Amino acid sequence: MDWTDDGEHADLRSGVRQICADFDGAYWRGLEPDAYPEAFIAALTRAGYLGALIPTEYGGGGASLTEASIILEEIAASGGNPSACHAQMYIMGTLLRHGSAEHKQRYLPAIAEGSLRLQAFGVTEPGAGSETTRISTRAERTPDGWIVNGQKIWTSRAMYSDLMLLLARTTPYDECAKPTEGLSVFLFDMRDAPGLTIKPIRTMMNHNTTEVFFDDVRLPHDALIGEEGRGFRYILDGMNAERILIASECIGDGRFLLERAVAYASGREVFGRAIGANQGVQFPLARAYAALRAADLVRFDAAARYDRGEACAAEANMAKLLASEASWAAANAALDTHGGFGFAVEYDIERKFRETRLYQVAPVNNNLILAYLGQHVLGLPKSY
Amino acid sequence: MKIAVCVKQVPDTWAEKRLRESDRRLDRESADGVLNELDEYAVEEALRLVEAHGGEVTIVSMGPERAAESVRKALSMGADAAIHVSDDGLAGSDALATSLVLARALDGRDFDVVIFGSESTDARMSVVPAMVAERLGWAMLTFAQKVDVDGTTVAIERAGDGETVSVRASMPVVLSVVEKINEPRYPSFKGIMAAKKKPVESLDIASLGLDAAAVGASGAWSEVADFAARPAKAAGTVVTDEGDGGAQVASYLVEQKLI
Ligand SMILES: Cc1cc2nc3c(=O)[nH]c(=O)nc-3n(C[C@H](O)[C@H](O)[C@H](O)COP(=O)(O)OP(=O)(O)OC[C@H]3O[C@@H](n4cnc5c(N)ncnc54)[C@H](O)[C@@H]3O)c2cc1C
Repeated sequence: MDWTDDGEHADLRSGVRQICADFDGAYWRGLEPDAYPEAFIAALTRAGYLGALIPTEYGGGGASLTEASIILEEIAASGGNPSACHAQMYIMGTLLRHGSAEHKQRYLPAIAEGSLRLQAFGVTEPGAGSETTRISTRAERTPDGWIVNGQKIWTSRAMYSDLMLLLARTTPYDECAKPTEGLSVFLFDMRDAPGLTIKPIRTMMNHNTTEVFFDDVRLPHDALIGEEGRGFRYILDGMNAERILIASECIGDGRFLLERAVAYASGREVFGRAIGANQGVQFPLARAYAALRAADLVRFDAAARYDRGEACAAEANMAKLLASEASWAAANAALDTHGGFGFAVEYDIERKFRETRLYQVAPVNNNLILAYLGQHVLGLPKSY
Repeated sequence: MKIAVCVKQVPDTWAEKRLRESDRRLDRESADGVLNELDEYAVEEALRLVEAHGGEVTIVSMGPERAAESVRKALSMGADAAIHVSDDGLAGSDALATSLVLARALDGRDFDVVIFGSESTDARMSVVPAMVAERLGWAMLTFAQKVDVDGTTVAIERAGDGETVSVRASMPVVLSVVEKINEPRYPSFKGIMAAKKKPVESLDIASLGLDAAAVGASGAWSEVADFAARPAKAAGTVVTDEGDGGAQVASYLVEQKLI
């Protein structure tokens, strides 16, 4: 199974793989249920992979999105879990595009160098779910800055990040002409924010996700990124990159699962022959492989469009949809192939099975992607 | 300080290696090529020396086209430039011929220090560094586990069996290093991107002014006449301990002339 046939990126792939080789299945299993992969993140940061998307003038790697997506793909394909660091790659774009020169100078070099972590992205709220415009966390302007009250849920890595990118209402929903107005983006240092409470949520996989409570949290004036009231647009701007990166992680998960399954199916003999000789075992793997390769093509197409500065919302959404479904098909096929052993923790199949399942639900549910394609690409009537 | 590091692409250390029936040479196509692991320590040491004392690091490699991947890997760790000697006529070179080619590539470029890994994982002879030093007429410091540079003096701690020896020489000097010397860095993202743009000088037999008959298979002093696959592992001997286990083990070892 040769995935890495793109000669152009062979060095990058092998560079990432070299780091990942020092963090094997036992390392990732050892972190369960909820430890953060500190050593892995440190190695990745030191070698400049986490700051890859930061422009070189701020000390970053100046990577294209295609290159960044390959980094995350290879981490997943090695059996690692890139969710511990992917947010740093995709939310940084909001700061880059909409932050002031002063914001960028203050934060980007430190993020690139690894002394500051931007890993937390607070959008989702319990009362709003997928309908982001319904969030009710409120930021009010006062003479000495902003006062924030409300609650976020599923704010991943908040315990392991220094900074949080926050979406909050600055004008109440009912006072806005359109639901997408009146939302603003803030960037603040969680280490210095009295009134902020973070509570971990235990989940099916190791994701370090949390609930975050804001109780009269005071932020300085300049915590505001860009213009007040335009936050929803800013977040949407970053969505395409996020979807392409998530798709790439799914591709990596799928590669890992299929490689393991193919090796197992070729070696395990029952009824006097390799189980992989049975079409009942072989075909689901072949089908998952075809689905993954197809998703991979859409992902590279989306990434190339993004890197050329072209519109890519349809491709980015399709890449995420197709890749998350393909990796799940690979996960099911790999689990079936391994029989009882797939459920044994030490094979890493059940762990990847849990990890890759998330991406049909978060960061955006595949239903909403279908609704986007139906309405905005096919021109069908609005469904919600 | 101008440092050269000689590196070799070898078949993946963990891959099953095979000899080819046709020419009784290692089948390099059957396994992925990787940068010889010990050479990473040599590159790391060179980078540390120039970080501490200033200067530049040049990678020197003899190998087929695809060895360019390993050259780039060494460049992505941070070396400045490279020389890649590649020629179909070099295939089948033995250690003597390899040292001739490397010495010719290194000669006359004002290198102060040339660093080698102490062996390659495919041939494991450990003789090329000394042969190169001899051909260049430079001092040779082998199996270094620590290197210190003071002015034009290079001092090493040489790893031995159970003891270390301090050895010193004046530049220019050839060094070979062992694993204990450092922890090689990972190529960084920026290093990988930058490596694509670093200068790599391509040389061949003609541009080095070498006699084609002195290198490659025709110039080799040794030849593989025949080879056989390693015999399959025989079942071990199980000693059942019925009070005389120790004596049985001892007599087995005596039989094998091990004690
Ligand atoms: C492990 C994990 C980590 C996360 N990390 C973050 C994070 O770091 N930051 C952050 O802000 N958020 C994060 N999220 C939140 C995630 O983005 C949301 O869970 C997701 O957007 C869906 O919201 P919800 O859970 O409220 O589901 P709901 O919106 O309640 O949806 C429930 C179901 O209803 C369906 N549904 C809803 N509306 C429609 C419709 N109109 N048409 C068809 N179907 C519909 C959905 O598709 C889904 O199947 C994370 C979630 C998880 C589980």
